[in-house]
Amino acid sequence: MRNSETLPLTNESDIIFARREVRSRGSEIGLSLVDVTKLVTACSELARNTVVYGGGGTVTIEPLSNGVRKGLRLIFEDQGPGIADLNLALTDGYTSGSGMGLGLSGARRLCNEFEIVSVVGQGTKVTVAKWK
Amino acid sequence: MERIPILRMGDYLLVTIQVDMHDRLAMALQDDLTARIAKTGAQGVLIDISSLEIVDSFIGRIISNISGMSRILDAHTVIVGMQPAVAITLVELGLTLPGVLTALDVEKGMALLRRLVDVPEEGDDEDNAEF
Ligand SMILES: Nc1ncnc2c1ncn2[C@@H]1O[C@H](COP(=O)(O)OP(=O)(O)OP(=O)(O)O)[C@@H](O)[C@H]1O
Ligand SMILES: [Mg+2]
Repeated sequence: MRNSETLPLTNESDIIFARREVRSRGSEIGLSLVDVTKLVTACSELARNTVVYGGGGTVTIEPLSNGVRKGLRLIFEDQGPGIADLNLALTDGYTSGSGMGLGLSGARRLCNEFEIVSVVGQGTKVTVAKWK
Repeated sequence: MERIPILRMGDYLLVTIQVDMHDRLAMALQDDLTARIAKTGAQGVLIDISSLEIVDSFIGRIISNISGMSRILDAHTVIVGMQPAVAITLVELGLTLPGVLTALDVEKGMALLRRLVDVPEEGDDEDNAEF
């Protein structure tokens, strides 16, 4: 099994690189095409939030295993402004910018695990996982 | 800067998205298509996304914008070739793409465009019965 790795997320090329890495590692552990597509889509949403709202940060890709079950965890971290109202941010359709407001709520639906920790003035950490 | 080519075929514009689309490339496509529709008076736009491995909210927004913008310019846009895994993911993401027309493949997409645009054949006259 490959190790954890942390990739920078500062611009749109980084978002594309992270998506490719998640796709190849997801396929490697045997996720189905649909599950890989869901995880890569969640990655794209969260990575873009990190770049656009978080002012840049990192994503850590972690292999998971629980007996024969395998999975992949993605941790997005930034030291940006943080989110004052998490419930609002997680509402379908809410955006503080010009987006569709689907990134966070959609990523939560696309993954098996979802956790968000955000402190105003300190940053945001979003963790998702997909299991085989 | 890299651009997505827009092909012209009679009254239609054809776009095949073949790359893992950068955000900037997607925005440029939106601008280029608007300009081309206005310049050529094209009545239909066909966008083949069969090579796209994901459609996220960003690309979804671009697709919605293109289709809304084309309506304003009196043209129709049809998206064709969405991969099944992408379609399944879109539903769960919550992206409904209201008002965006889709078809299974290029052939069905062209048929849909022709029906929408309904160009009268040469020699047709107004009181011809429909057949
Ligand atoms: N990393 C972050 N740092 C600060 N604020 C964030 C972060 N991620 C999300 N937000 C806030 O949460 C809101 C909702 O995010 P979400 O991804 O759901 O929608 P969006 O990015 O506005 O639109 P979309 O993702 O559909 O294009 C954002 O508008 C932004 O205000
Ligand atoms: Mg977002």
